[in-house]
Amino acid sequence: MVGMETDGSRHQVGPALVEARGLGVRRGGGWIVHDIDLTVRRGEILTLIGPNGGGKTTTAKALLGLIAHDAGSVVRSPALKVGYVPQRFAVEWSLPLDVPRLMQLARPFADAEIARALEQVGAAHLINRQLKHLSGGELQRVLLARAIIGRPDLLVLDEPVQGVDYPGEIALYNLIREIRDSLGCGILLISHDLHIVMAGTDQVVCVNGHVCCSGLPDHVVGNAEFKRLFGAKGASALAVYHHVHDHSHDHTHTHGGGVASHDPDIRVHPTDPATATAEDRDAG
Amino acid sequence: MLDDFFARALLAGIGVACVTGPLGCFVVWRKMAYFGATLSHSALLGVALALLVNIDPMIGVLVQCIVIVPALLLLERHSELSTDSHLGILAHGTLALGLVLFGLMTWVRVDLMGYLFGDILAVSKSEVLLIYVAGSVVIGALLWIWRPLLASTVNHDIAAAEGLRPDRARIAFMFLLAGVIAIGMKLVGILLIVSLLIIPPSAARAMAGSPERMALGSALIGILAVVSGLHASKWWDVAAGPAIVLAALIIFAGSLLPLGRWLTTASVRPHAD
Repeated sequence: MVGMETDGSRHQVGPALVEARGLGVRRGGGWIVHDIDLTVRRGEILTLIGPNGGGKTTTAKALLGLIAHDAGSVVRSPALKVGYVPQRFAVEWSLPLDVPRLMQLARPFADAEIARALEQVGAAHLINRQLKHLSGGELQRVLLARAIIGRPDLLVLDEPVQGVDYPGEIALYNLIREIRDSLGCGILLISHDLHIVMAGTDQVVCVNGHVCCSGLPDHVVGNAEFKRLFGAKGASALAVYHHVHDHSHDHTHTHGGGVASHDPDIRVHPTDPATATAEDRDAG
Repeated sequence: MLDDFFARALLAGIGVACVTGPLGCFVVWRKMAYFGATLSHSALLGVALALLVNIDPMIGVLVQCIVIVPALLLLERHSELSTDSHLGILAHGTLALGLVLFGLMTWVRVDLMGYLFGDILAVSKSEVLLIYVAGSVVIGALLWIWRPLLASTVNHDIAAAEGLRPDRARIAFMFLLAGVIAIGMKLVGILLIVSLLIIPPSAARAMAGSPERMALGSALIGILAVVSGLHASKWWDVAAGPAIVLAALIIFAGSLLPLGRWLTTASVRPHAD
């Protein structure tokens, strides 16, 4: 990957980690998704957006091999190390689990590594908690720490901002970019939160049963089908995209891990006219 | 010492409790109590078939359970019914078939009550040895699959995505459960064996802060239940198997009392929220 670095680029984009061609998943006689073409590369954040029930999670699960696909092909690079934050994570009450034990779910790690991963996501103070005592936002951060502790090649995050308030969301997306930069991994992000996705993504794939559009964020926002699916919210997302790309380039790379929510620049966003539709951002 | 029937019973019971405790934790965590009941109910058919071909009933039960696991997996895949319906059909279908076979085998004199509710006081030296050998194998295998099994219990998709092969661990666990039912049957019988898988972990839950400590705690609580249950059965001359289950039940009830609660909250570090 080192050889891929070029001067002036924000990050390096490497070889394909997982690639789908003509991917289709069928359930109960109908196609949930079909003809999905997408490639996640090292050093790149690819975001799947689309309406609820559009097949975002199904696509991600098929890419990971969690569910079988009925058409097309999925190629994962050999010995691919995956870190996964699923859409749903319920802790069974009868199973006592604290944060360090969860961090070592896939394999054991030294205390220092656990502390470092938690610190990276701004969750160092949660280290002695039982999982059932975590709030939704705290749990998301711990799950993210768990997913990155093994230094994965590919990080798959399915709706990682659930239960996180709006400033926290921006901090979390900044954090995801930082993780990409520090680990050099590829990230497959699933979100229906258009505003912030647009600010932190290299490539957007809009899935609604099929790939309705894909490409750079501003290209996707200009697409006719995207406009039909997301309407005015899509247009305001474009505004955020330009806003963030005009004003916040430097700060996203200057603050340290875990302190993102204290960045004064971030607090400006909720009062920004461009984000006035933040309340209904979950409706998409 | 092993010439004394009570010492043999104690030793056998402790051996079984050491295995049912940790394995039972997974039964509780994975909500597989009914699965365990199905395996154990079908064990009577295994006993009947073993007597029919004149082999050790414990071997018959083991074979029976090992056959029923793939049958369940197949049914699950090719049927529209819910899992608990499948389990109910298999549990009572095999139990009924076993009882009918027992009735038809007029040439063998069998103690049906012993198989249903246990006959630990009649345990032989070779059976004690078998419990410890088979129990060691089961515990060894459980340790071997511990991490993937626990990971898949916490979240199947994470375990699968990160290459831990959760389905392999799940199927291995089902076979281990079959083994435990075969060796535990002698102790409390096929109708009560599931209680030894469920009650000690449930009692240990109140005091455990990690999965590993809960597994250890369940084994210790199981041992306590066996020792106190057997002594109670001797003093009051009641059936040993049910006495052990009742002892476990009393420990579980105790874990719900304020003292148990206090231990739970004391084990959690205070934090400001």
